[in-house]
Amino acid sequence: MQQFINITLSGLVEGMIYAAFALALVLIWRSTRIVNFAQGAMAAATAFIALALIDAGQSYWVALIVALVSGFVLGAIVERVIIRPVEGGPELNAVIVTLGLFVAIQALIAIVFGSAFQSFPTPFGVRGFEVGDTTIALTPTSLYIIGSVLITMALLVALFRFTRVGLAMRASAFGQEVARLLGVRVGRMLTLGWALAAVVGSLSGLLIAGGEFIYPAYMDSLIVFGFVAAVLGGLDSPVGAIVGGLLLGLALSYVSGYLPRGSALVNVAALVILMVVLLVRPGGLFASSVARRA
Amino acid sequence: MSAPNTPVSAAGAATEEAPLTATAAANVPSTQATESGRSFLPASTLLRHLVTVLLAIVGSVILLEITDPFTNSQLAQLSYYAIAAGGLTVLTGLNGQISLGHGALMAVGAYTTALFLQADEPVALPLILLVSVLTATVVGALVGVAAARLHGPYLAGATLALAVGLPGLAIYFHDTLGGEQGLRVRAPQPPDLFKEFIGWVSGNSATGTKWLAYVGAICLILTYFLLANLVRSRIGRTWRAVRDQEVAAELAGINLGAWRVLAFTVSAAAAGLAGGVLALVIRLAAPSGFTLVLSLSLLTAIVLGGLGSLLGALLGSALLVFLPPFVTDLGADLGLDNTEAAQLAPFVYGVVLIVAMIFAPAGFVGTVRLRWLTYRAKQRAAAARSSSGG
Amino acid sequence: MSEPHGSTAVSAGSGTAPGTALLQVQGLTSAYGPVRALDGVTLDAEAGRITAVLGANGAGKTTLLRTISGLVRPQAGKVLLDGEDITRSAVEAMVSKGMAHVPEGRGVIAELTVDENLRVGSLFRGKVGKDEYDRVYDIFPRIAERRNNAAHTLSGGERQMLVIGRALLAQPRILLLDEPSLGLAPRIVAQIFGLLRQLVDREGLSVLLVEQNARSALSVADVGIVLNLGKVVVTDQARTLMADEGLRHAYLGF
Repeated sequence: MQQFINITLSGLVEGMIYAAFALALVLIWRSTRIVNFAQGAMAAATAFIALALIDAGQSYWVALIVALVSGFVLGAIVERVIIRPVEGGPELNAVIVTLGLFVAIQALIAIVFGSAFQSFPTPFGVRGFEVGDTTIALTPTSLYIIGSVLITMALLVALFRFTRVGLAMRASAFGQEVARLLGVRVGRMLTLGWALAAVVGSLSGLLIAGGEFIYPAYMDSLIVFGFVAAVLGGLDSPVGAIVGGLLLGLALSYVSGYLPRGSALVNVAALVILMVVLLVRPGGLFASSVARRA
Repeated sequence: MSAPNTPVSAAGAATEEAPLTATAAANVPSTQATESGRSFLPASTLLRHLVTVLLAIVGSVILLEITDPFTNSQLAQLSYYAIAAGGLTVLTGLNGQISLGHGALMAVGAYTTALFLQADEPVALPLILLVSVLTATVVGALVGVAAARLHGPYLAGATLALAVGLPGLAIYFHDTLGGEQGLRVRAPQPPDLFKEFIGWVSGNSATGTKWLAYVGAICLILTYFLLANLVRSRIGRTWRAVRDQEVAAELAGINLGAWRVLAFTVSAAAAGLAGGVLALVIRLAAPSGFTLVLSLSLLTAIVLGGLGSLLGALLGSALLVFLPPFVTDLGADLGLDNTEAAQLAPFVYGVVLIVAMIFAPAGFVGTVRLRWLTYRAKQRAAAARSSSGG
Repeated sequence: MSEPHGSTAVSAGSGTAPGTALLQVQGLTSAYGPVRALDGVTLDAEAGRITAVLGANGAGKTTLLRTISGLVRPQAGKVLLDGEDITRSAVEAMVSKGMAHVPEGRGVIAELTVDENLRVGSLFRGKVGKDEYDRVYDIFPRIAERRNNAAHTLSGGERQMLVIGRALLAQPRILLLDEPSLGLAPRIVAQIFGLLRQLVDREGLSVLLVEQNARSALSVADVGIVLNLGKVVVTDQARTLMADEGLRHAYLGF
């Protein structure tokens, strides 16, 4: 029973990170119909920037803020310079461009920061809380993860629901031409959307790095998990992405906790889950429509 | 917002001067096939391909005999990249499906070859490679069934999961597949007949490296011969129809799913063979050899060459082999250390993918071909005008 | 239908005297690839009037509106709004210059609510008082009932009312309407055209209307322009066109 609780708890915490990453993918998909396969590499780049600052003696929080800001700038530049020319074109072209960006950024990280494993700090402890006389798999760091993801989501909801910029962004995402005719600067909104998504992606990259080792390809698994989570939720729905992230976190935690040598199977399990979802419910777990053509 | 409902909707761009589509080059062969009269090669497609095969064999022997052992091993490397890229370019260029999972399918072939060569008395090499092809074909068919219903970003994501997930099995089945360390491959010795042949042709010493380079070349020529015929056949035309005219093809009674599965399976077979050759050439099958970067390198090769073009896939693969030493040296000259300089090649691949998609989606070979065809069409139109006017 | 009250809140009025040319199109030519959709179109839309552009499918009506508002770039010709050359202006800037374009297929943003759709229409103006929204809801009570519903739940007629209301929130001097009657029941068409007439008569709005449904359009319009294969064939009073049986048979199909 205690094992079950611990596995569930760590699954939920991991799931929060997947949810954030999936949310970033969904934000971009909704506005430009592009899956940003470079998102993991972009997030990794900001994590390395943060680590460089921490190594130079800055505090974790300064590094975090600089990383998120550089994520914002990176996202904006990527959309404006690289994505804009292929927006609205054949979908294969956009896929290939984001993949190229993925490879290029990952290689650039290795050139600038090196390929070695480097340990990434966490601002809070990683010892589990004690309930009675047992230690549970909930640590101050996991509370930090849950808290920061929840705050980020609340801020995004507030932005989209209650601000004029948020409304303009949604209008641009759902009706590009109409929004332009109504005077909305759609190009700027798309740039802003990519920038915000990159901030959320960057946050998840820093959260998953906390207390672990990072190397240029450390986000490769997360891009897969984020994609699977987003597809679980239907790829179009922010709420779906969050639920999908949590479900995937739980599922992978059970695989790695209960199967013998299960940790080696986590990536395979994600593949299997994705295949099953795409075959059985291609519109995501919550979709009413079955066909997925776009 | 536009809601594209065909994967590569504007793919009929072959006649336009500036093709928008990545697969525009793939349309060209169908145009070209109908006007073979001007070529110095025979008119029959099969005959023409046979002549090309003969030329390729002679060319390979000359190339492998006039170059040093290091270049021989580079050419062996070229052969497995080109085999995999050939399969991938048929899938992506002709059928419009993308795959980031071909690295994983190569792993299937490589591990199969490695396992069979571990036996005390291994069976004959051609048989081992054939089994590797079959294994990868089965896996490819399974993936293809799932992939047939997807396209664009969904397919890319699913095959990405394959590329990241499948090597994990090698770690899980540690005892059989060797875990992180992988399986060492005992490359078979060159047969006596081969030694005699080399002695007769050039008098060079028939080393193991040379033998594997020949094995690679034979596999490459065979694969491209089969693929080229397939592309020109009714099957190839149906693939193009499935890609360009999804709805029309469906209305014409073509089972889209089945044709997509077939394309994926054929492509996986090529990847399996490539994996087998890779295992022989680098004498190792390990998870580190089949990273995502491998799959993306293959993608770079076919994009650069022009999607759908076998010649393009070959040229793109040559770039994968000959570019890294070049840029690595360049990086070292600029003061990068070895591991940093080694990352310059993937960096270039990434930049090339982006730049190619933005400026020349038809790829290198495709762009040249389109220019040539446009030029020819203009000439012909001018000729027609002057003859009707005069 | 409730009585519109207060004359300045919705339409700013053009300040241009009725009957003078507010929107001038001069020799406009545009093409999709090799296909020439507009071939030197010249026409005026007068202030305080409804100008109807008629013609069969493929006559170039939609392209005309799309070229005027900058969605399609012309190969030749000029567009003047109240004397100002707006031919090369950005699409996003048109609405602040006083031109509201309701595109073909109505252009409801289906994922947003009715209220949000309206708010998008006034985004470019900064903060807009609640009374302006209330006025749109007064004009179109049917959409007021559904203000918090997602726009994709609306019927065709309600969608048309929503997009006209949304365009009014931009306080346009001229409203470009692309096939508003498409797919609507005749009763709804009559209702919407009636409202349009009221807005023009009472508040000085100017309308450039593109319609395939020539009979309904001529019944509400002041001036009719017949377009055929990208060229203007006839420009005349709507009444006169209505009476010209030969022309009606040749180009208008009734």
